[in-house]
Amino acid sequence: MTFDVRRLVGRWSLRAASHAGRLTYLVVDMVRGLSEWRIYIPRTFEQAMSIGYGSLFIVLLVAGFTGAVTSLQAGYQFTGSVPLYIYGAVIGESVILELGPVLTGLILAGRIGARYAAELGTMRVTEQIDALESLGRSPVSHLILPRVLAGMMVIPALTMFANVVGFLSGWLAAKSSIGITNADFIFGARYYFRPFDLWYSMIKATFFAGAVTVIPCYIGYNTQQGAEGVGRATTLAVVAASVTILLLDTLLAKLLLNH
Amino acid sequence: MIELRKVSKRFVKHVVLDGVDLLVEDGQTVALLGPSGVGKSVLLKHIIGLIKPDSGEVLVDGLHVAALKRRELAELRGKIGYVFQNGALFDSMDVRENIRLGITDEQCSDDDKYCTDRVAECLRLVNLPPEVGLKYPAELSGGMRKRVGIARAIAGKPKYLLYDEPTSGLDPMNADVIDALIERLQEELGVTSVVVSHDVRGSFRVADKVALLWQAKIRAVGTPEEILASRDPAVQQFLERDLEMAVIQSESVGGGG
Repeated sequence: MTFDVRRLVGRWSLRAASHAGRLTYLVVDMVRGLSEWRIYIPRTFEQAMSIGYGSLFIVLLVAGFTGAVTSLQAGYQFTGSVPLYIYGAVIGESVILELGPVLTGLILAGRIGARYAAELGTMRVTEQIDALESLGRSPVSHLILPRVLAGMMVIPALTMFANVVGFLSGWLAAKSSIGITNADFIFGARYYFRPFDLWYSMIKATFFAGAVTVIPCYIGYNTQQGAEGVGRATTLAVVAASVTILLLDTLLAKLLLNH
Repeated sequence: MIELRKVSKRFVKHVVLDGVDLLVEDGQTVALLGPSGVGKSVLLKHIIGLIKPDSGEVLVDGLHVAALKRRELAELRGKIGYVFQNGALFDSMDVRENIRLGITDEQCSDDDKYCTDRVAECLRLVNLPPEVGLKYPAELSGGMRKRVGIARAIAGKPKYLLYDEPTSGLDPMNADVIDALIERLQEELGVTSVVVSHDVRGSFRVADKVALLWQAKIRAVGTPEEILASRDPAVQQFLERDLEMAVIQSESVGGGG
């Protein structure tokens, strides 16, 4: 039994080290590929338009409902026990610090991450990536950099839109459910607000954008074994990106808020 | 010149190539025959550096492919056209854009007029009408996809052409069209070619030299006549089976017409 556990741990460690090595190699390739801007810049804008417009509706929808539900639950928990202006602080801070970036990241892990892994995985198993290499062209500059850079541009922007919509829907829900005045809500939101909160939200969104783009691109790029492999890569990409977002969320809270 | 010296490759425990030697002289067309799954495509991918050998050397134009740096390898690949088994066309691009991507010379690929003319010329060389250029790969038949794949491979005016199963999955008539196209391209472009196939009849038609890959080794090499005259039981077994199939196919096509 002990022997089996050791073997299992050994195998997992080797696999993890192998993935870490290949992921690092891919990131190094991406940095090297930055000089080929004539190749990736036009493709980056195409990707950004595609994923930006395509994701805007679902991101805003989720943000809107999340802000409203946060407000209604805060009303249920705190009515009568705290001054009304506190609702402005609770809703504003919850949305900006946590719900906006994390929910946007998780939605986009499903939407963009799955798409990237499936696209690159299909290109790998149909030899399109080999074909690109055989033409002396870099798959990193043609396929991966545009996707990663588009995500890094679009995801923080989408997060900011989500913050605004979540905050506004929370405000409206608070007005209708607990009858808070605009002045009280704004006072609470401003009283506890620090400009760093917006920076923190933006920093989180940027890290999440890295997770949502680099990990699925890596997994899709290394897909094997036909259609089944593409399916497996897509699922794995969404799970890996989502887990990474949650880990980064904890790590960034520890590093940036509790120092 | 393309030369493989004692090339070995294994995937986990499966030995695919075991000390393979092969020489392709300039201007020559070599057909690499062998049963499905024997490692013919793996050998071809060694030539263009998509796979590195575990041991041995692959030399193209006197350059040791596995030892080349990124930029050197990209330059070498610019001299090699590779026709993939299923075309490997980029499905997000139309046929024109696919062929244009094959123009590997940086100065030429920036010149729009040159690219437009070259794409039209390549379509003509593979017997496709210009309007096909506006179609996407999903709108093409299997034979057309193969021809577009060939057009993309020759767009960069390569010195070497590598064909991976150019006629697989095609009916005998379409296979004949592709074989005739390969023959014509050899004559018009004068390139050095390696054709990987399990189609004996087609390979004998296009090749100056034939090599049989059998159980991870090159079992026989020679002119088509020498291979046909070989007494090696493995060679005989492979040829008989494939030539019988070719006769059956040609009879059924003849009967149908």
